[in-house]
Amino acid sequence: MKLLQTIGQSSLKFLAKLGRSSLFLISILTGLAYTLSRPNLLIKQLYSIGVLTFWLIAISGLFVGMVLGLQGVYTLSTFGAESSLGIMVAASLVRELGPVVSALLFAGRAGSALTAEIGLMKATDQLSAMEMMAIDPLKYIIAPRFFAGFISLPLLAALFSAVGVLGGYLAGVELLSVDSGSYWSQMQSTIDFHDDIINGIIKSIIFAWLVSWIALFEGYDALPTSAGISRATTRTVVNSAFAILLFDFLLTALMYGEP
Amino acid sequence: MPCKSIEILVGLFVSLCIAAIFFLALQVSNFSALQDNGSYTLIAHFENVGGLKSKALVSMAGVPIGRVADISFDPDNYDALVKLRIDARYNKMPSDTSASILTSGLLGDKYIGLTPGGLNEFLQEGDTIELTQSALVLERMISQFLFNSSDKDK
Repeated sequence: MKLLQTIGQSSLKFLAKLGRSSLFLISILTGLAYTLSRPNLLIKQLYSIGVLTFWLIAISGLFVGMVLGLQGVYTLSTFGAESSLGIMVAASLVRELGPVVSALLFAGRAGSALTAEIGLMKATDQLSAMEMMAIDPLKYIIAPRFFAGFISLPLLAALFSAVGVLGGYLAGVELLSVDSGSYWSQMQSTIDFHDDIINGIIKSIIFAWLVSWIALFEGYDALPTSAGISRATTRTVVNSAFAILLFDFLLTALMYGEP
Repeated sequence: MPCKSIEILVGLFVSLCIAAIFFLALQVSNFSALQDNGSYTLIAHFENVGGLKSKALVSMAGVPIGRVADISFDPDNYDALVKLRIDARYNKMPSDTSASILTSGLLGDKYIGLTPGGLNEFLQEGDTIELTQSALVLERMISQFLFNSSDKDK
């Protein structure tokens, strides 16, 4: 009996949270016009969400690409197919690693900061103070952050893939002397602009929507105590990672499921 | 002016990331090869396509001039119907051009090689290439070879 009650309770809680977060998302989306008419708010958030994540993404992309290059040469050389290194590095970066790893890093770097910031604003009654002054905090505080995340992550994912391809070049061609011509030419003949690159960008747009939504909602929904904020920050990172990987599977199945 | 420097940094960030997208499009993918000059479609029937995939290259004299648009089974003739999309720049294919399915390298991708004929009429949109040679299937070649050698023994 107790077990049934627990299951019922947690599923009801989950449904209630899903409902609240959907209402939250709708009110953010209605704030789009407000955000666009005040580009200064958006630019400030683009700075703190996008620009400050830039180096993290660029350096991780470089190292992921270099590791792919080294491992790729190691594995492909057993088949005598080192010349296909470019295909392997570019396909895995553009299709999977670029969108997914940059979204995970973004959730850790920018998502947790957003949650903590909004949670602290709530705990110190800044949000209610704004409401008192007839300023809608959803439009003034939350919508610019949401759209800044929505714009930043696809750009960062493209950067991650591009830097990763260069990293693979550094490791494979400069370090392990794979032929530079076959690295680029095999890559170019196999990677398709629409099937690979556009699909990767679509993936990262969906991840951007997920991560910004989860991070802002967890902050907005946090218990206004220090323990509540710390728990909300943890939930942001955990839930974003979970949602990213789940949606990555679903999107991959939709995009590449049928040969 | 702290606000100005933030704007500059955001501008730098956005333009660097857009440069990354252009890099992916131009250097990593075949976007530039797909530069659309318009194209026309030719049809070829093959007895066996043996692992040819759509989007495989169509080349003449070793130069890529188009791509395979679609491969389907033709239930009337019991053979494979392959649609080739040829770049519109190359619109002077003699009508007795022949097509064969070839392999790049020993184990590489299949592609279609066109060999020009000698007629003065040219292939138009939707025309059929009459002379085709289907793919070499390794298993068939091996079994033929084995049968031949066992015949010789007797």
